[in-house]
Amino acid sequence: MIELVSHERCITCQACVTACPENVFDKVPHRPPVIARPDDCQTCFLCELYCPVDALYVSPFAERHVAVDEAELIAKGLLGGFRRAMGWEGGHPAGTDRDLTYRMFEDGRVAP
Amino acid sequence: MAVQEKSFDARRAESAPKQVDVLVIGGGPAGVWAALTAAERGASVLLAEKGLVGTGGATAAGNTTTIYAGPSSLEREAAIKRRLQHAQGLADRHWIERVIDESFARLNQLADWGYRYPVDQHGQSYRGSLRGADYLRFMRRRLRKAGVEVLDQSPALELLLDDDGAAAGAVGVNRLTNEVWTVHAGAVVVASGGCAFLSNGLGTNGLTGDGLLMAGEAGATFSGMEFSGQYGISPLFASVTKGIMYFWATFTDEDGNELPGEGDRQGIVARQLLKGRCFAVIDKAPPYLQQGMRVGQPNMFIAFDRTGIDPFKQRFEVALRYEGTVRGPGGLAINDDGATSVVGLYAAGDAASRENMVGAASGGGGPNATWALSTGIWAGRAAAEFVARLGNKHHLRKPKPSGQVGLRPTRETRTELGAREVIKAVQSEILPIAKNFFRREEPLRQSLAALDGVWAAASGELSAAHLPAAELVRAREAAAMLATARWVVASAVERRETRGLNRRDDHPKQDPALARRLFTGGLDSVWVSAEAQSRALAS
Repeated sequence: MIELVSHERCITCQACVTACPENVFDKVPHRPPVIARPDDCQTCFLCELYCPVDALYVSPFAERHVAVDEAELIAKGLLGGFRRAMGWEGGHPAGTDRDLTYRMFEDGRVAP
Repeated sequence: MAVQEKSFDARRAESAPKQVDVLVIGGGPAGVWAALTAAERGASVLLAEKGLVGTGGATAAGNTTTIYAGPSSLEREAAIKRRLQHAQGLADRHWIERVIDESFARLNQLADWGYRYPVDQHGQSYRGSLRGADYLRFMRRRLRKAGVEVLDQSPALELLLDDDGAAAGAVGVNRLTNEVWTVHAGAVVVASGGCAFLSNGLGTNGLTGDGLLMAGEAGATFSGMEFSGQYGISPLFASVTKGIMYFWATFTDEDGNELPGEGDRQGIVARQLLKGRCFAVIDKAPPYLQQGMRVGQPNMFIAFDRTGIDPFKQRFEVALRYEGTVRGPGGLAINDDGATSVVGLYAAGDAASRENMVGAASGGGGPNATWALSTGIWAGRAAAEFVARLGNKHHLRKPKPSGQVGLRPTRETRTELGAREVIKAVQSEILPIAKNFFRREEPLRQSLAALDGVWAAASGELSAAHLPAAELVRAREAAAMLATARWVVASAVERRETRGLNRRDDHPKQDPALARRLFTGGLDSVWVSAEAQSRALAS
């Protein structure tokens, strides 16, 4: 579930507010958004993908909240990890041409 | 929570209606293809999505396979054969062919438009999978180009019907601004997905059966709702229901004993979870494949990386998350054009019954993505043609709202029945494996009685008319899940056999006489009836 909006990094673009499919954030004028409905988070990581400055952290725990420490997350290189794995840059899609999903179907054991 | 001074109906009366030819509800794959196709046919189109067109729905959160098979190819024949085998007598070969063929053309069109497919080991462009978030963002740009008006964060709450009961628009709310919106339309396409009952499966919590409820209120007929004993495997701690990985997994009990049951991944886990805890390790994937999984399914590996688990070497505890009619085939019964039994109302994707394509089985990612694409196109086309036949007359209609539970309670005095209580009550009947994966007559009847009781209470008392958007939406989601649960359970009671996703422990065999569809519908009183003709079993 969403655990962090970094006030250090947030540029108040509100991209996460409009991108969240579960309406978890509330807009605050000229300020970072607040996590208004944390329990509605569906742990889909899509807000991280849409954040242009890697200011968000979604903990993989889907049904309980975990306290996180921003400095520790940065030190471990965890902020922006999903976006980097996908290949998106600054909120812009990229990386579909590097997808290796087809490897799962090459031996014919699994077929779509 | 803040109480709105004005009721929902007062705010609705004040909202200036937009006039369009075709309204599409839902902006996943089925919705975007429906909207694009209707616009290409010259219709003015508005698409309203609960989340963002790009992140809303089950596809956005994952990587989806498709059936990519050209005309008269061996792959096409194999895919058709596989579908007929899995469908257990209830699919239709003609439908499978037309779904595959329509999608093949469109998957190629995506490449022509600039979607970047990967190139495989043999230097071939691989078009059998799409990255959900990229695919939908790409389609969003096509919608803008085609002149489709998109309302993001704008769930529809109820349909508008004309004097003859035909679909004539919808009313909804913008979750970010709290504004109520009204759209008058010549035809409506329901592409709002299935219902996964807020089970926290990947990307499915927005899929609460909203469109099914709205169509049900208009009197629509559903089919295949009993084929819904569908659960996805996920790590216990996480949301990521990526079932495909577990083809290469070993399942064990708490003591490390390997669990039997070749091939039937969900069944292995379900049987173990009745007894105790269940663990998995993806230990049968060679490094080359491991890399393919890691690069292809980033959100699954983000979950593991952030908890420090190596899923290829370490056992992790797994759970089953209910996928309901998102992966199960049940939904609105449609004809060849995607028309429902309500005039002017069309359905596509998971909101429509997928039995024609997958029969009694789930279908999984590939067939379902292909189904969404093709039925989206057909529903959009048919809706545009329907409006063209109506001419300008539809602008003269005075459509009326049709929403009931959650919006307009029937009792004057009421206690405070909240949406969350209703949701809890529904989940307690529908999520447990012991009730819904493994089904029996008596528990099903008890569930139905309990759900009927909740429906009666909710009809009388559930009202969010004076609450902010988030609560208004939640109340309608609660009503939608409740309605969907009753169609699911009532249908499961009537199918006294085990076929596909209806596993009846009290009727463990398939009954050839029941090779027919079950239809359902109704709100205050739910009905179920069998298709007149039994289908010849596909060989």
